[in-house]
Amino acid sequence: MKPFIFLKAADIKTAQTGYKKNAASQFIAGGTNLLDLMKKEIALPGNVIDINQIAIKEIKTDTASISIGALALNSFVAEHAEIINNYPLVAKALLAGASAQIRNMATASGNILQRTRCPYFYDVAMPCNKRQPGSGCGAKEGLNRMSAIFGASENCVAVHPSDFCIALAALDAKVVVQTDVKESSIPFKDFHRLPGNTPDKDNNLAKGSLITKIVIPKNNFNKNFHYLKIRDRASYAFALVSVAVGLYIEGGKIKAATIAAGGVAHKPWRLYEAEQFLTGKTPSEEIFKQAAAIAIKNAKPLQHNGFKIKMLQNGIELALKNAMA
Amino acid sequence: MINREEKELPVGSSRRDFLKKSAALTAVAVIPAAIDTAAKQRLDEKYAYQLEQMPLSIEINGVQKKFKVDTRTTLLDLLREELHLTGTKKGCDHGQCGACTVHINGKRINACLTLAVMQNGNKITTIEGLANGDELHPMQKAFIKCDGFQCGYCTPGQIMSAVACIAEGHAKNEEEIKEFMSGNLCRCGAYNGIANAIKEVAQ
Repeated sequence: MKPFIFLKAADIKTAQTGYKKNAASQFIAGGTNLLDLMKKEIALPGNVIDINQIAIKEIKTDTASISIGALALNSFVAEHAEIINNYPLVAKALLAGASAQIRNMATASGNILQRTRCPYFYDVAMPCNKRQPGSGCGAKEGLNRMSAIFGASENCVAVHPSDFCIALAALDAKVVVQTDVKESSIPFKDFHRLPGNTPDKDNNLAKGSLITKIVIPKNNFNKNFHYLKIRDRASYAFALVSVAVGLYIEGGKIKAATIAAGGVAHKPWRLYEAEQFLTGKTPSEEIFKQAAAIAIKNAKPLQHNGFKIKMLQNGIELALKNAMA
Repeated sequence: MINREEKELPVGSSRRDFLKKSAALTAVAVIPAAIDTAAKQRLDEKYAYQLEQMPLSIEINGVQKKFKVDTRTTLLDLLREELHLTGTKKGCDHGQCGACTVHINGKRINACLTLAVMQNGNKITTIEGLANGDELHPMQKAFIKCDGFQCGYCTPGQIMSAVACIAEGHAKNEEEIKEFMSGNLCRCGAYNGIANAIKEVAQ
């Protein structure tokens, strides 16, 4: 690990002042991804600012939404009664990710800021435009079994690794951000980016800004929902494909539907067209089959990841069925 | 039989230290160019070493300890290299295997994925702190009884994780135990024995 200056900040102002002292500053919370990257010298911060003491850890509810403090631990969020009862997709997605140990360390904001696990990003001997802009994409013509089937570019085919984010995308969360004294919020669908020509940028969080909370609006997806994660082993592995679905059923009809997929793109991938198709229809296996076929319409395989398309199609169909069970 | 390595050790030195030193000497002999480069870079590191030493106070297995550590030291390296609490194992050093599982303020974490300086003021329990004197912790006894290990390398992490798994209330049945123990890998494949040990203690 390269040497760095370690600072502790007890409030947002101190954290942001510390951040400005070095051009290569980095906030640290759980550290479960950052330390991994620092050991491999993929992340080379000059200043590391420990923000764990900042009082943004609570979960608060009001009539319209739930607010998850940026530093709430993944395990705390997954086991919170309000989350389990009213936002169960979030709890299911969180528990599908990482291990009990990591969930005790990793924070809500750290989860959404985690970087891709594309093997070419992690192997410093390989080209990777995300790690080293301009060096090329090793995965595009290489071992791309884990890579994207939606939204990839010539420069990057990496996927976002989070499960939590798939549930947040499905539930139209927003990310509340503080820059100096100014607070702003970013809709979740606009938070992460597609790779385009700048795959080194994972998201639209401005440099030095801190996430303070993640807000999820109240929704009707707490009765008929399912989170399905398909991976190489039964637990503790990143998704090949994951699917979050929610159906709001009223009077025997689908009043609203939400479908998001993970492991398939550089950002959590919403399948709006399939959602629209389902809306207003009576739930049935046939309808779910058709929705799943619509969902994969624009998928584009690479040499080794074509299996993900069928896996996603079947996954959506199964998740929708399970949501009704 | 006398172990030749141990017999040849200088007085006051441990086998571990001997192995560390001999490994470094081997490196000098084999790749002088790389060592030369490292030495040049170390000028920079030496400066940083002075600059980035931080005071730290942690309670480890019930004893309050004070240190000055390089900011880059992980909690795992602090335990093993500074405190010689080598029960906590370094497996992958990247949070993928669970061999380094310890408890911080009663919660299980991976010691390789946190900096020692981030743990100032916290209470750490390692495998060495689990037994009550010579009386093994019930989970340690159950691992022996249920054949919960073969080579033993992952065992300290498995046991620390298992104790937490029950404390969290995640040991209601075999399926739940296996899911909540998935962060601890065992290359020998002692998983059934491990799950049985946890089931036995949970009852």
